[in-house]
Amino acid sequence: MNIEKILLEHGATPSRREFLKTSGMLVVGVSAAAVVGPFVTGADAQGARGLYPDPDYHQLDSWIVIHEDNTATFYVGKTDCGQGTGTAFRQMMSDELDIAYKDTTCIMGTTDITVDQGGSGGSDAIQTDGWPMRRVAAEARRVLLDMGSQRLGVPAAGLAVSNAVITVKADPTKKVTYGELIGGKKFDVTLTGANIDATTGVAKVKPVQELRMVGQSPQRYDIPAKVDGSNKWAVDVKLPGMVHARNVKPPVAGATLVSVDESSVRSLPGFVKVVSKGNYVAVVFEREEQAIAGARQLKANWRKPADAPFPKSDDLFTYMRGATPTSKPAPTLVGNPDAAFAAAARVVEAEYEVPFQGHTAIGPAHATADPSNGQLTIYSNDMKSYGMRNGVAQFLGMPRERVRVVWMDGPQGYGRTAADDAGFEAAYIATELGRPVRMQWMRSEEQAWDTKGPAFVVKIRGALDAQGTLTALDYTARSCDYNHLGYNEPDTVLIAQLMGKRRAMPAAGNSAFPNEMYAIPHRRTALEVVGLPLIWETPLRTGNLRDPNGPQSTFAAESFIDEMAAAAKADPIEFRMRMLTAGNGDDNGFRRARSIAVLKAAAEKYGWQPRPAATGRRTGDILTGRGVSYTYRNQTIVAEIAEVEVNRRTGRVWVKRLVCAHDCGLVINPEGLRRTIEGGMLHSISRALFEEVAFDTEKVLSVDWVSHPTLTHLDAPAQIDVVLVNGDPNPNRPDLPHYGAGETSCKPMIAAVANAIFDATGVRLRRVPFRKERVLAALNAAKV
Amino acid sequence: MSTITLRVNGRAHTVDVEPATPLLYILRNDLGLQGPRFGCGLGQCGACTVIVNGVAVRSCITPTSSVKGEVTTLEGLGGNGTLHPLQQAWIDEQVPQCGFCQNGQIMTAKAMLDKNPHPTDEQIRQGMAGILCRCMTYYRIQAAIKRAAGRNV
Repeated sequence: MNIEKILLEHGATPSRREFLKTSGMLVVGVSAAAVVGPFVTGADAQGARGLYPDPDYHQLDSWIVIHEDNTATFYVGKTDCGQGTGTAFRQMMSDELDIAYKDTTCIMGTTDITVDQGGSGGSDAIQTDGWPMRRVAAEARRVLLDMGSQRLGVPAAGLAVSNAVITVKADPTKKVTYGELIGGKKFDVTLTGANIDATTGVAKVKPVQELRMVGQSPQRYDIPAKVDGSNKWAVDVKLPGMVHARNVKPPVAGATLVSVDESSVRSLPGFVKVVSKGNYVAVVFEREEQAIAGARQLKANWRKPADAPFPKSDDLFTYMRGATPTSKPAPTLVGNPDAAFAAAARVVEAEYEVPFQGHTAIGPAHATADPSNGQLTIYSNDMKSYGMRNGVAQFLGMPRERVRVVWMDGPQGYGRTAADDAGFEAAYIATELGRPVRMQWMRSEEQAWDTKGPAFVVKIRGALDAQGTLTALDYTARSCDYNHLGYNEPDTVLIAQLMGKRRAMPAAGNSAFPNEMYAIPHRRTALEVVGLPLIWETPLRTGNLRDPNGPQSTFAAESFIDEMAAAAKADPIEFRMRMLTAGNGDDNGFRRARSIAVLKAAAEKYGWQPRPAATGRRTGDILTGRGVSYTYRNQTIVAEIAEVEVNRRTGRVWVKRLVCAHDCGLVINPEGLRRTIEGGMLHSISRALFEEVAFDTEKVLSVDWVSHPTLTHLDAPAQIDVVLVNGDPNPNRPDLPHYGAGETSCKPMIAAVANAIFDATGVRLRRVPFRKERVLAALNAAKV
Repeated sequence: MSTITLRVNGRAHTVDVEPATPLLYILRNDLGLQGPRFGCGLGQCGACTVIVNGVAVRSCITPTSSVKGEVTTLEGLGGNGTLHPLQQAWIDEQVPQCGFCQNGQIMTAKAMLDKNPHPTDEQIRQGMAGILCRCMTYYRIQAAIKRAAGRNV
């Protein structure tokens, strides 16, 4: 979103400023851009100037502003990581408001002008937050119709509304526009709802059959500025008097700072300050390149910890198997798995390993903080801007009302990224200096110190009966996730750790079980968490990474289902379909019925001919295979098929073709959804083929794009087919729900690739990533 | 410090900087351009790409004093307020997710098509191989390049 552009168009004009003052709405100034906000309870223009209160979600004016030119601006409490959610919100809200999509704009995620919907997370933008947005827009339409009724002297039932023009049905020459009714005025309508997700007015949302923009694919409004160079990103913020900061990280995990020699950099051009507290060190210079040089040249003495902070990455899984779990709840039991295994015709057992993998955004973490007037504005791309505001206020001991976060576009980050850390660091240094500070991490910091998705070891046993039916599944997932970091926590964020301001009780962390609707009568599911020897002040810190733990657990579970199908000499899709159709009953969202529809749609689109895996002919250097995987996330169902080429001379794997069948209920923007799904799938292919954080016993060795490779143009599939399924048994119901998208498509992909490699080569890879050296070694060992 | 004159997007600019300063920081911080972006500072990802004398270069590792020719950035790709056909193709294909890397993708594609207006699929993959995208929009980028090159996609 280009905040400046939108605000100049719809907020910062002189007439708008005058309106805001006279109507008692909050007006605040920003150095980089004039930002005006919607209604804030209890604020008057003079008294509240400079304070940053919370927009009240119980006020309709906090969500929607109608302008005199008969256009509307929607203020929502979400952020967009690049999936086009703002465009989707405009589609949903313009439908409910009955205004043309083109006459709307959307402002997201800035804490003092938008209600707090939590920013991004959990792929819930459409699924959860879309509902209050639809309801408040419907309420605005109701209020406007009431006003139109009074103005035109006709009962509301006698009025029609289209494109923000209210017309008398009996006499279409009589009409009034939304802008004429309320442009220049407030709604002054109070909403209800126990929490923001439940926000509602009196009006009901439209039945799905009456939605017009929903289901169409208007182009994303944020894309033109992103391709012509005019978009203003968080990295582009420049403020008067701003200086540049760079961190100086401990050279090894757990090191203690003994001394800093400021004289080693004091004479460098542009020197401003060395900031040092506890084990946190940063340098500040007038210019960016000077700060980079200063961080490299600063002499500091560090004392290494007495004990190794972690095993080297080659020994990680051995360590994890031998470690005493930090949490090990009693397993979940269904049926009688022991008896089923005792009676089995065949028992198969396998273990799967996934290493630590990072976010490693294309641009390293950054933020700019402005401490003017005893207050604090942080310009950040952090997807949870509201949490950053609260966390920074607590960390610095400032009143919340004096801190705000202006959310701006930034590089990809799906989950708890180092954008959190950079925001706190910029805020701390800015308040120390009393000057605006721009903090940016270097590439090596991003690769090494960014939060990681936890490593997993998953052990699975399965029992087949004489008919080749999977009767029992014994699943144990062990993650390395003790002290899992939350979002913007003032006592776990990296600067707090390094300063020694950390919580007494580390978070327990999470393991994960598979999500499928298979009818397997006997199950034992165990979830365990272990920790590394050092859990604080370490680059191997874990946090949510796009569908946290789903890609790991689903890699294991759906690889194993494939192994069972092979053991039963069954086609992998037929084997899965038998377990889906064998079940009885369903949940309220028809998850089982929709799983069947999705798996079937994927098979049809691919042109899947049934046969057991790894039974094709293997001739020549290039071996071709196909693999399927299926899962769900909340109520979104996905089945993916990968077709791979494996080069048996080099070990290189190319995912040549992808099919994804995807059911997330009501689709708001099909073309936007397709691209979101594609990106999610390719992200997991990168995790499947390339990504692994390497480390010795004291530091991370993956510090750039050579030592930490990622998917490139060479690896892009030649063909991707996304099938949007709506498997709802009753697609005409008026309240047809819209579920989430994004993370679901990441989840089954690693397993689909592994299963395709098995089909091509007959070799089962159980250790991620499938880099060519590892693949070649496995092929050679199996004499393929 | 020394005075250096740069020609960027058709205009001359004189800056007073350390000669070894990477071009990227001059473009971003002294000239206020936003197209080229810092991704790695190592010449590995391509987010900072600009075109100098028709060649796509990594401005994060290019000393400013070594720049002798005309510099074109993403902002200067079109002209007179119009979009370059590649930029239009990027919009038509709805390529970006976050969009942070797309400067390097577009600028590299521009230099590639200028030399080879009708690349094969394999030439596109090879020509673009060094430009990373962590949202993994490669499939759509390649479609947009083919569209701009006049191929049916």
